[in-house]
Amino acid sequence: VQIYLPIAEIPVSVLLILAMGAAVGFISGLFGIGGGFLMTPLLIFLGIPPAIAVGTQQAQIAASSTTSALAAWRRDSIDLKLAGFLLGGGFTGTMLGVWFFSWMRRAGQLELVIVVSYVSLFTVIGGLMLKESVSEFWRSRRGVVRPVRRAGEHPAYLGLPMRMRFPRSKLYASVIPIVGLSMFIGFAGAVLGIGGGFILVPALLYLFRIPPAVVIGTSQFQILWTTLAATILHAVVNDAVDVVLALMLIGGGVFGAQFGSRAGRNLRAELFRFLLALLVLAVGLRFAIELVLRPAEPFSLQIVEIKP
Amino acid sequence: VRAVLAFLAVLLLSAPAQAESLVASLSTSRVAITSNYTGASIVVFGAIEKDAQTIARAGPYDIVVMVRGPRASLVVRQKEPLGPIWLNREQQRFFDIPLYLAALSSRPIEQVATDQLRARLKIGLRGVVYAPDVSVFRGGGADGPFREALLRLQKQERLWIESARGVTFLTASLFRSPVPIPAIAPPGNYEVDVILFSDNVMLARSQTNFELVKIGFEQQVAAVAREWSILYGLVVAAVALLFGWIASVIFRRD
Repeated sequence: VQIYLPIAEIPVSVLLILAMGAAVGFISGLFGIGGGFLMTPLLIFLGIPPAIAVGTQQAQIAASSTTSALAAWRRDSIDLKLAGFLLGGGFTGTMLGVWFFSWMRRAGQLELVIVVSYVSLFTVIGGLMLKESVSEFWRSRRGVVRPVRRAGEHPAYLGLPMRMRFPRSKLYASVIPIVGLSMFIGFAGAVLGIGGGFILVPALLYLFRIPPAVVIGTSQFQILWTTLAATILHAVVNDAVDVVLALMLIGGGVFGAQFGSRAGRNLRAELFRFLLALLVLAVGLRFAIELVLRPAEPFSLQIVEIKP
Repeated sequence: VRAVLAFLAVLLLSAPAQAESLVASLSTSRVAITSNYTGASIVVFGAIEKDAQTIARAGPYDIVVMVRGPRASLVVRQKEPLGPIWLNREQQRFFDIPLYLAALSSRPIEQVATDQLRARLKIGLRGVVYAPDVSVFRGGGADGPFREALLRLQKQERLWIESARGVTFLTASLFRSPVPIPAIAPPGNYEVDVILFSDNVMLARSQTNFELVKIGFEQQVAAVAREWSILYGLVVAAVALLFGWIASVIFRRD
């Protein structure tokens, strides 16, 4: 069954999109991530224009993070004060990202920006995650216990000016790295059509040493609001949100995520982090190959402006 | 009076060479894009009309049907290696290029008209791609690969089609030509240009057009997204919130 997308102006197979939504939703439920970094490339591969893939994907992430943010809200695992600062940075980053996106689109270098960012971001973060999870695995094999953080021992970036106390997160730190981090994630998210959960979660865990339960809840809350903002901005600035496509992705994703999160409860934590790292790294390498290999068709075509 | 007589004389003298005329019509003048749209097919019908003075032609009649879709500016880029990676380097810009183009003829188009005539009338895919006003000619034929790439890429997408058997004669003077429109062809105005040739000479030409338009829901969504984009963005965001909330109610575990 084919359905015509009114904004993308191409027909797609309904079942294929629903199945993709469900599959990516399953993975996102399994790992507690948005799944945008898998879905956006898939949509582009299907022939959806990159701009519309990125813009529409934001709506899907917003829907899936609504579900998880509501669950976190009921568990009372959101640090609202920390989320406030993250949101401030996130909104600024998102606005800059959407603006940068439309600028690059006009300049005709959007494809390159997306590919290069996927390669650099994903191989670096995937690599770091893999390294962390492998070294943790070896430590646990040899029975070495990770040293617990002692009072008064802080990395330098937490000691910058404008320090503030975040009691829910057991954190006393400068707000500058917090806002900077969330700005970067908002920016990358708006440009790449990702929620950024897979960057935010490890950053809050390892860089700021915030308790895991609070990290998950707060980051979902943050992602919900920034992706909502990105959806609206992409619709206004770039005309790049297709409501029909969004509905299908959300429909498939919502159900997939439920089964994923059920399956995820049977997964051991180390194995879980190891698999997630592999997944992120695989996406990065997939794009790297595209960049390095001699292309079958060296020419590409871009429509700059359609005459009315 | 004298001027009128002179005019009539000219008309009569030139009449034999211009005696054929062409009538063409389309199976529909409006193709509607609905939610189950997967492309369309339009049929061009036509007849060659002759009057008493028409001289007998030595060769057969040839018909060329050109269909030109909405026009756009395009950039064709070429990836070249820079160190280990492949980047878009050289580019060539094209102006006023029909995003959809069909060149249908009753015989191979090279046999219907000479290269010069095809270039002047902009018929045939190469006639469009190599037209001087669509892009900048560069020294040493440097623009050639870009023009060929444009042709190749558009043909791959089936947005540009060329067929030497695209026009069939039903009788000696009656012909039909089916025009396939792929689903990815953009909405807009499509010009249909029907040209009659014989012995490399253009005898008559008839132009008409049809529209490819979104209607109903598709049209409304596109209009809202364009004109009330803030409202549209808010609605999509609200839909996302609603679905997320519904899911959390349905699958509530605690």
